[in-house]
Amino acid sequence: MFKPVATTMLLLAAVSFHAHAADLVKIDGSSTVFPITEAMAEEFQKAERGKTQVTVGISGTGGGFKKFCRGETDISDASRPIKDSEKKLCVENGVEFIELPAALDALTVVVNPKNTWVDHLTVEELKKAWEPAAQGKITNWNQIRPGFPNRPLVLFGAGTDSGTYDYFVEAIVEGKSSRGDFTASEDDNMLVQGVANDINAMGFFGLAYYEENKGKLKAVPISWKGSKPVLPSVANAKNASYQPLSRPIFIYVSKKSIESKPHVDRFVQFYMDKRHAAALVKEVGYVPLPDKAYAAALEKSRKRVTGTVFHGAEVGVGIEELMARKPK
Amino acid sequence: MATTDITHDSLARIIAANRRTDVVMASIGILVLMVAGTLLGAVFIDLLASGWERLVNPDFYTNFPSRRPAQAGIISAVVGTSLVMLVTAVIAVPLGVAAGLYLEEYAAKNWLTDLIEINVSNLAGVPSIIYGLLALGLFVYGFGTGETILTAGLTLALLILPVIIVATREAVRSIPQDLREAAYGLGADKWQTVRLYVLPAARPGILTGVIVGLARAIGEAAPVITIGALTFIAFLPPAPLQIESPFINFDWLTSPFTVMPIQMFNWVSRPQAEFHINAAATGVVLMVMTLAMNALAIYIRLRLRRLQR
Repeated sequence: MFKPVATTMLLLAAVSFHAHAADLVKIDGSSTVFPITEAMAEEFQKAERGKTQVTVGISGTGGGFKKFCRGETDISDASRPIKDSEKKLCVENGVEFIELPAALDALTVVVNPKNTWVDHLTVEELKKAWEPAAQGKITNWNQIRPGFPNRPLVLFGAGTDSGTYDYFVEAIVEGKSSRGDFTASEDDNMLVQGVANDINAMGFFGLAYYEENKGKLKAVPISWKGSKPVLPSVANAKNASYQPLSRPIFIYVSKKSIESKPHVDRFVQFYMDKRHAAALVKEVGYVPLPDKAYAAALEKSRKRVTGTVFHGAEVGVGIEELMARKPK
Repeated sequence: MATTDITHDSLARIIAANRRTDVVMASIGILVLMVAGTLLGAVFIDLLASGWERLVNPDFYTNFPSRRPAQAGIISAVVGTSLVMLVTAVIAVPLGVAAGLYLEEYAAKNWLTDLIEINVSNLAGVPSIIYGLLALGLFVYGFGTGETILTAGLTLALLILPVIIVATREAVRSIPQDLREAAYGLGADKWQTVRLYVLPAARPGILTGVIVGLARAIGEAAPVITIGALTFIAFLPPAPLQIESPFINFDWLTSPFTVMPIQMFNWVSRPQAEFHINAAATGVVLMVMTLAMNALAIYIRLRLRRLQR
């Protein structure tokens, strides 16, 4: 009497455990990429009608890669390309990865709306304000450009642990770090408040935070290498005219996972499907990839092309050019 | 004799002066209490006002997280926090009380006990992220418990153990020696004395420590993120109770999860103002959960007291 019951229960337990383990897509990494992956996960779970479960964590790009390269996650969200040290860890553990762009983000330089003197800034002027040598010295707007008024310069920026900070510093200062005497916060909404409340302020963060607070902030058009100043916007980031502050953000997919787990493969196809991906990316405040880049990314994931196309610090490279590169 | 110097007048003056001091101290006390209460009330009312439109929507309590602020809910966070706190309480309370009792009643009073006491007190002040890192190495990788509810419960239990141990010691120490001697005089042995007299008398103090500890644990995000709590999870752990025999199962212990502070942190940092409303509403629910947990602790104390009679 008891034996069949017990056997059935064991079987059931085994089956349910198996089902649980087989249909999970595990994702961790950058909190910048999180909103996109969350939107994809939500819609994918609906499309799969509960067959597949997706979990997403926010350990940060570095923390995410640590888990990913230990083989603990299927996909890693990253707001910057993988670093050499992280690549080494992946190689040591035999984790091969496929690097796919998830979306574009336009880092936006903002000033207070009452600021009447800034109509645009060049990358050189930004460098003057942000480079390490400026610390304690460049403290007035008229030091950035002679025509600017005599007003104190108050700087707000992303926290030094973030991918946003890393990219901004690489693009503007062309080094590893900026000056240290600015108000840094990991919470971009704090930076929005800071710039909105101080007429002398300048700050930078992702485009979405500007778009949601347009009434309180003024975006600064950026001129690079003598080009005409370009305003940050979805269109200008997509057609690669807003440079060098447009950056791709990524997902890294484990080759082993995509090959051995069909549901991971389906999720990646879903993520790179331009029919809904572009709309979802836009909905959460990021810049969708151009159609060609989606096609190229899909192709890349199908062919299981592993490796990264980035070699050290690189800025101002258009997404289509990146997709055309062969990873080494 | 000096007492002859005290006249009726000088005595009256001393009493009047002492009464004035009493009144001043009581006023300061009430003032401080009011400042603290007003601040807490202001925060709570502010959260309540900001989050009201989500709080009155039943979907908020039954939906999973979503990219659409108006559809996003906190069910996975509420369930995650409740289960994690259950594990934390079940582990930390007995262990902490037992350790405190041992140190105060049984351990020899020597340098080793002093050393342990100093270390336990210091541990109460260690930043929570350190416990997260410790747990990542010890539980997740060392014992292989994975990124689960069990690991989170163990981590937060470690975090609040020092608080409970210190509170237990203080409570036990404040029991007059007479009580123990009276018990011994009646022929009780040490364990009987501790169990029947010391522990019941110390219970209010111990319970305060438990409440302070659990209230700290429920609001922690950093150590829980470190050990691998998720942010987006759209399914619930298996139910602890089931219809078939053996009626309870422990599969939920090994389930992935998220908790309220992580959900709140995520929503606060989003660009869309609608998500900030969700964050405020989550804050209110978190405060209510904390109060409910404390109420439960007080209820249990009342029940125990009644049973004793």
